[in-house]
Amino acid sequence: MTGRERRIGVYVCHCGGNISDHVDIDQVVAAAQAETGVVVARQMMFACSDSGQGDMERDIKEQHLDGLVVASCSPKLHVVTFRGVAKRAGLNPYEYTQVNVREQASWIHSDDEQSTTDKAISLVKAGIARTRLSEPLEPLVVETTQKTLVVGGGVAGLRAAIGLADIGLGVFLVERAAELGGWVGRFDEMYPTGKNGRALIASLITEVRRRPAISVFTGAELVSKSGSFGNYRVGIRIGGSTPETLSVEVGSIIVATGFETYQPEVGEFGYGIEGVVTLPEFKEAIDHSSGPLMYHGTPVRNVVYVYCVGSRQSADTPAANAYCSRYCCAATVAASVQLASRDAQVHQYHLYRDMRTYGKFELMYTESRKLGSVYLKFADDAPPAVARDDSGRLVVTVRDLLTGGEELAIAADLVVLVTGMIPRKNEELVSVLKLPLGTDGFFNEIHPKLRPVETVVDGVYIAGTCQGPRNSSESVASGLAAVTQSAVILKKGFAELDPLVAVVDADACTACGLCLDACPYGAIEMTLGEGKSVAIISETGCKGCGGCVPVCPDNAIDLRGYTDAQISAMIDSLLEVPVA
Amino acid sequence: MTTLAPVKPPDQERAFVPRILVFSTNNISDPGIDLAGSSHMTYSPGVVVISMPCTSGIRPSWILHAIEGGFDGVFIASDGDECAYLSDCSTRASRIVAQAQALLQQGGHQPQRLKMAAICSVCAEPFTRHVQQFGQALAELGRSAVAS
Repeated sequence: MTGRERRIGVYVCHCGGNISDHVDIDQVVAAAQAETGVVVARQMMFACSDSGQGDMERDIKEQHLDGLVVASCSPKLHVVTFRGVAKRAGLNPYEYTQVNVREQASWIHSDDEQSTTDKAISLVKAGIARTRLSEPLEPLVVETTQKTLVVGGGVAGLRAAIGLADIGLGVFLVERAAELGGWVGRFDEMYPTGKNGRALIASLITEVRRRPAISVFTGAELVSKSGSFGNYRVGIRIGGSTPETLSVEVGSIIVATGFETYQPEVGEFGYGIEGVVTLPEFKEAIDHSSGPLMYHGTPVRNVVYVYCVGSRQSADTPAANAYCSRYCCAATVAASVQLASRDAQVHQYHLYRDMRTYGKFELMYTESRKLGSVYLKFADDAPPAVARDDSGRLVVTVRDLLTGGEELAIAADLVVLVTGMIPRKNEELVSVLKLPLGTDGFFNEIHPKLRPVETVVDGVYIAGTCQGPRNSSESVASGLAAVTQSAVILKKGFAELDPLVAVVDADACTACGLCLDACPYGAIEMTLGEGKSVAIISETGCKGCGGCVPVCPDNAIDLRGYTDAQISAMIDSLLEVPVA
Repeated sequence: MTTLAPVKPPDQERAFVPRILVFSTNNISDPGIDLAGSSHMTYSPGVVVISMPCTSGIRPSWILHAIEGGFDGVFIASDGDECAYLSDCSTRASRIVAQAQALLQQGGHQPQRLKMAAICSVCAEPFTRHVQQFGQALAELGRSAVAS
């Protein structure tokens, strides 16, 4: 596997002792120096510091380096930093390899310096082996359309549309229902600000109408998507008496399609018995009344809330919702405060598993208790029972863990089943957008903390409750995050993509077509090459997962940066140093 | 805190530290494995990691190559159901494992030298436990036929 003669620089970082306290850096540098193709090997106190970066840049220029290996911390931290070093010094950034000798060596094996040093040497050798076979690559540059499609006209979608228009992007806002507004548009007082949901939505709609850059389609659905990142062509079907399909070009798509609420089975915690309602039904009842709450003509004196209905279900429940719906505790506490503040005589009993009134909602929980709400904790395996007794009274029986397992029978005028959010059934949208769903059935982001609104489909962002249960202000925050991400890729007018995509060796390809089925993104096509059919992978359509690589019976596909030659060479290098 | 003490088989003088190659993934299992380091947990220095974008991109031939080259075992720290690229990643990964185990058997190696478990982005403790247990299992299995 000898390619061109290489001129590689290797930099081993002390990380101010984090690495050098447990790894003999001199040995690592000496081992790197002895490797074929290495012309410079140095140690640095902090490779990421200005002076460290400056030294590398100077070496790259003076020694005409064509490869760079930095042995320091996790690539999650400084890949961008060191790609920048390479680029500034005129070295192709894809000729650089990061080797993690901190999280995966010094910190994990701090009890034995020699074996830690040996492992660090192995890792550095593998990094050099990979770099010897690296190729200069250019990022894929695509021009972008300065428009965004927003799917869903609830609070997140409306706020996102306004944000997009205000940074100068065109917006198509598509709402399946006849009216904009979503769930928030049905609510009266909402926690934690006490703002009126209907009024909030009305003001957002006014703002939307005021912006000519936003085109609104109600009673409409996204039905097709083609093209790739930065330049999608989407089909919008507009219903009505004469349905028509409109085709528009957009650079990015924000999906904010919201949630559905959990609908209990008849008999589940007494659902179906008169007087047993879900949280949304209860919220609607208090929003559409004033003074003491009436139910079927009688005043409601005792309310019992049963929490976690349809949430945190045990695995043996059919189609269990294992997740915590996270907004329902706060929403219920808020509703109980709303009710208590207009009817001081009402008795409210909250039967819960764990209260999750996170952050400032804890204050609301305290207020609810001050206003007289009683909280009773039941065990996961001993849920409350809801039934009508012989005299026809609605009674909830529960064992309260906080009073030593005392069994309580609470007579109720109204039982509220605190139901959570479930993913909206949207199979057509899922198949049009090719968006992955998480284990809970909601749309999946790339990383919940580091890339919270991006999906694996470049230029398609998710916001609001289609991504998982959350409250309205959290939904708006994610909607605005998706606006910012759209700006990042669209405002420059072009975007750069990592070129670490799969490529087909046309000579080896036998056009069997197995890779076409292996790519859920439709990035592979069979085309007529020089005298024969060959598979071709679209650089912009490929997500770089490599899923087609092992599927090819002719080993004709390689993933750039992870080629067969590179991985094989790394495996060999990792074995060169014996383990003590 | 989990530790993998070198296991000394009774019939050998030198402590046997099994060499384990881990195939990890950039976005899901790497953060979990890095977290083990930043939490100052510990596992055997015989464990080394190569990261890929996705478990479904591993060629079965690499696993055979690793064992033939002298690794005592290969551990696939898979994306499981969390894979952001492929909704059927687990199914594909199982297929890769089955193919690789068949290759190992054809080559005269025990299929137990390959193990897979889903490692999430915060699965530091499960990862150290898996490689420790796998190391013990490999120590009992003895050196790979090709290891010197």
